[in-house]
This record gives sequence, C-alpha cells and structure tokens, in this order.
Amino acid sequence: MSDDAISDYYSDEEMEYNYSDPEQDGDDADLENEEEEDYAQFTPAVLGKRPLPWEVEYESLEPDKLREIVNKDVEHVAGIFGVEPEIARALLRHYKWNKERLIEQYMDGPERVLAAAGLPAQSGLPSFSNSRSLAATKKPATKSKSFSCPICASTQPGESAMALPCGHTFCSECWEMYITSKIKDEGECDVRCMEEGCAIRIPTAWMKKLLDSHTYARYQELLLAAYVADNRNFEFCPFPSCDLTVMTPNFSPTPSALSTTVPTVHCGHGHTFCFGCGEQQDHRPLICAVVKMWLRKCADDSETANWIKSNTKECPKCVSTIEKNGGCNHMTCKKCKHEFCWVCMGPWTEHGTAWYNCNRYDEKAGVDARDAQSRSRASLERYLHYYNRYANHEQSARLDRELYAKTEKKMEEMQIASELTWIEVQFAKRAVDELVRCRTTLKWTYAMAFYLEKNNETIMFEDNQRDLERAVEELSELLESPIEPMTITELRSKMTNLTVYVQKRNEIMLNDTAQKYQDGAWIWNVSVPDF
Amino acid sequence: MATILTKRLNKELREMQTHGLPTGITIVRADDLSEWLLSVEVLGNTLYEGEKFCLRFEFPHNYPIDSPAVTFVADDKWTAPVHPHVYSNGHICASILGPEWSPVLSVVSVCLTLQSMLASCTSKQRPPDNDKYVSHAPRNPKNTRFHYDDDTV
Repeated sequence: MSDDAISDYYSDEEMEYNYSDPEQDGDDADLENEEEEDYAQFTPAVLGKRPLPWEVEYESLEPDKLREIVNKDVEHVAGIFGVEPEIARALLRHYKWNKERLIEQYMDGPERVLAAAGLPAQSGLPSFSNSRSLAATKKPATKSKSFSCPICASTQPGESAMALPCGHTFCSECWEMYITSKIKDEGECDVRCMEEGCAIRIPTAWMKKLLDSHTYARYQELLLAAYVADNRNFEFCPFPSCDLTVMTPNFSPTPSALSTTVPTVHCGHGHTFCFGCGEQQDHRPLICAVVKMWLRKCADDSETANWIKSNTKECPKCVSTIEKNGGCNHMTCKKCKHEFCWVCMGPWTEHGTAWYNCNRYDEKAGVDARDAQSRSRASLERYLHYYNRYANHEQSARLDRELYAKTEKKMEEMQIASELTWIEVQFAKRAVDELVRCRTTLKWTYAMAFYLEKNNETIMFEDNQRDLERAVEELSELLESPIEPMTITELRSKMTNLTVYVQKRNEIMLNDTAQKYQDGAWIWNVSVPDF
Repeated sequence: MATILTKRLNKELREMQTHGLPTGITIVRADDLSEWLLSVEVLGNTLYEGEKFCLRFEFPHNYPIDSPAVTFVADDKWTAPVHPHVYSNGHICASILGPEWSPVLSVVSVCLTLQSMLASCTSKQRPPDNDKYVSHAPRNPKNTRFHYDDDTV
C-alpha cells in the first residue's frame, strides 16, 4: 500500500450513489407522467396536504431521493463533528441512524465512539493529535520487493499488499474475495478487517477499488436497505421488484401507535400496503394485530375440522363419518347398513313403535350431547357468517374489476362514436376504483365485527356497515347495466352521483372507526396481543 | 479459487511439520485437501483428563475466506466430549466457526481454541437442547444457525 493509498483512506469523497444508467432514467420519466394522475387517486395523504383523521402522512420516494435523504443525514453529522462524510456515515450506521444518541455520545468521548464503530482515530481531533503518526507506524512494510499473504500463503509483489489503518496486511486478491463473499453470500454491508477480532471497518473507497461493478451496486443496495431497516419511518414497498420507499415523517409504527392506527400507504407506482405489517392491501378499519389473527384463523384448517365436528356424526357401528343432509332421524349407514337414531345414536330397533319421534330425546345423555353440538355449531355459524361476507366482498371486488375490463373496450368505442371526450367516459373507471376501495373496507369490517364485543358502539358500526354495503351493491348493480349511446348521459350522472355517495359512506365508516380507536371505544371479544 | 485452498493448506501442513504442533494436538490424517482429522487432548487438571477426542475439518472450496466445517468425530472409535457447547453428534456451537470466523485463523488455531474451550469447562453436560437438535441436525453444522449466548465456557 502506498502513501497515497493511506491518504486516500476515508478521504475519498465519492459518497454519491448516483450511478445512473440511461435506461432507468427513461423509466423514471415515464413514471412521473403516470404518477401525476395516479397520485391524485392513490395518495390523498401525500405530504403537504392535511391528512384525514384516518390517514397517516407519507411520501413515496424514488431510490435517488432516498439516497439524497441519507446523504443529507450524513452531511449534517459530518458538519457537526468536522469529519469526512464516510466517517459520519459509518458512525450513523453503527448507531442505527439514531442521530441524537450518536451526537450525545460522540460529544462525551469521540475516541470511544469511533473505536466502537470500527473507525480509526481522526487526525483532526485534538485528543488524537498523534493519530497521524500512529497510522504511519502501522503502515505495512512496503520496502521489501515481495510479500507473503498469510491468508492465501502466496508470495506476491509488495504493491498488492493492502492494510487498513490497523496495519493488518493481506493481498488485494484475498481482500477482494473476502469482501465479495461478505456482500454477495451474507448480504453484509458492514465489512470489517479480516484479522480475527479486529473491528476496523472497510471504507467505501476500498469497495469501489476492489469490487466489480455488480458487487459494488449490491453493496450500495445493502447500504440503503440497512438505512431503511434501521429507520422506523421508512419502509420499502413490499411488492415484488418495486424499488420505491415510503417515508412517514410523523408516524412511527410502534405497538401502541398500531393499536389505534392503520397506516395504509401507497407507493408512487400505485401499490397499496400497510406501513405497520406490510400486508399488501388496505386493511382499514381493522388494526394490524387483529388482521393477523383473522388471516391466521382463515388459513387454519381447524375451522374445517370444526365444521366436520358440528355437522357430522359417526356411525355407531363402523365409525364412518356421516353427514345428515335432511330427512328423518332413522339413519341407515350406507356402508354397513346399521340402522340407528340420529338424535340418540342408539340402535333404531330400540325405538320400538316410536317411529320418527325419538322418545329418548330428553334423556340426560342425549340432552348433553345435543347442547355440546349446538354450542359448537353456533360458534361455527357465527364465524361462517362473517367469513362468507368477508370472502364475498373480496370476490366481488375482483368480479367488479373483471366486469370493468370488459366494459372498458366498449367505452372506448363509444367515445369514438359519440361526441364524448375521453374524460367523460372515465366515470365507470372511477366508479370501479371506488367500488373496489369500498369493498376492501367492507371486507375488513366483517373481520372486525367478528372480534368485536356486542355493545352500542358495534350497533352503530353495523349501521354504518349496512349503509355502506347497500350503497356499494347499488353501484355494483349499476355497473352491470348495459351501456348504450342513447342512455349514456343519464347513466353517467347516475353513476357519478352514486360514486360520490359511496365514497362519502366509506369516509364515514373509516372516520368513525378511527375516532373510536383514538377514544379507546372498541372492545375486542378476544385478547389482542401487541403487534 | 482452488489454488488458494491448496496453497494455504499446504502451507499450514508444512508449518505443522516444521514447527511442530502445540501440546496435546496431533495429526490423525491430513493426506488430502478436503478433510483432515486431528486429535485433541486436554492436558493438566481438567474434567477431560485422560480423554482424547478427534476433530474433523472439512474445507470449503474458498477456504480460508469461508470457515471450515469443524466437528468432533462421533463413531465407534471416537466420542464427542460431553460439554455444554458440544452436541452428541459432534457438532460444536462456537462463534469462531460461524460469524466470527476470520481468514487468518487456521486449523491449529481452531484446535487451540477448542482445546481451551474444553479446558475451561466447569461441568460436564450436554447442551440443554441436545436431543432435539441431534434428531434434526443437518449433516453440515454450518447449515445450523447457532445462537451464541454464553461466553463463560
């Protein structure tokens, strides 16, 4: 390692992540155009506008914008401490981007903080006035023509020897292999000296020098990922291959915040997700913890077992499972031809003359068995009541979309045939978008109702739910009506009005639930764990 | 790639032959470059006095960048030491074999570390989850994600 290399250490200013390829830039430009429109629909709570009570403020960030924010943090700290940005960045990473804590502890004792973060002492600091000479003494011996790397055990020319300020010297090939393996295989962006127990961090300048462009790009990605992971106010969009990040400057998804707020956000590409649990849909008005319970319950096949338990009995003789699907109590097992009474499960012969009327019905054992069965059935029926409605809205939303896809073509043709402008034939699209949004709300209100204790609040809740549902079904029906050039004007005004109404009902539902979360008015019928 | 592995292992072997091995450690077999066996004895007044164990080293193609898979041999001839960090199938829970591996470590230094791990042991016990782990353990201990929680032994 030459003297130059030493002075390059950490002083390399190339912090920029702005490796930009022309292709990507092209995409961005396209997106921006699309965004203009989608933004209005998808992001009512974008920064700058006052959020509605049931929304959180957020901003969708392009990768470049995120880098800018990271760099701003870095430069801020670098300015305060009077260190290179590289040092500030490493310190911030070590402190999980908790600026306040870092500044406080750095002011107390910079040496300790630097050492803990795996950084060499800084020459600019008064307390470390001798650090330059320290670095100089630790410089690897470059006098000799050749050098033997302790890792690969090969003798190499002196130039290939490289050491961090800690002085541990290895050949550049080993460094490269090591760093590449850390980044590619382990997804680790904090790579430290190869010497056992040595905590000195490998600077970005080295990464740039040693790594191939692909690995270097991966390194940059990992740095950003670490920033997002460490910051509660940032989340990557969870949709596959979406590279956007969403920032919520005034909302941290703490367990207590998530017990009263559903932080639904939309990335700039129109993907909807929950900032709290990452669920890839808007699950308002139900909070994350209960959504998780509900989804697990629905996925669990215990309900299937429950159904079998409450709807079937076993033949007393051959234990085949039998579902009674109507008819009298005189059962004849299809398999073994055993005849028995469905009510008391006793052999039919014992019923004597009491044909079709089990006279053993009131016996204690019979009553107990019947009670147990009906209790189980009642709880199952309750679950199925909510689940069917939940599933129905999910399915209907999909069908509404499909229907619209079919209509869309027709609308376009009509636009050409009639005097309507493109804007004027968009009413059906707006209706479908609203419809899907409201069905999503409705869907989750059914999951919510399943877990709510019955009281006055839930009565109001169910009223709101009913009003919204009625309006939604009406709009959905209107969407199915045939579109003819003669009636389109009338249909348009009807549909537009109804869309506005449905949207209002949805807002009322969301506002009411959000308000009552704030007031702590919702009482669950199960214990809800922290999310 | 393979040349680093070859060069490095040849060098380690050469050093062992010229400088000798630390007390208590002997080569059982090191005649190819994929698997070495070394025996370890804990000398002095320890719980393992008089016992002799065998360590198997399996080298990945990018050794020493990547750590070797190190296990105590547990077969009809050898047994794994009874130790809170050693499972009865020979798998070892030691951080230097996992995330704290450094390419400057060597076969000898791993042997020494494990020797001292045994020497400082205060109670001969299997890990608390031994049975559960052994019944599900992958063949290669490097596929296990150990949780390193105890630095005392």
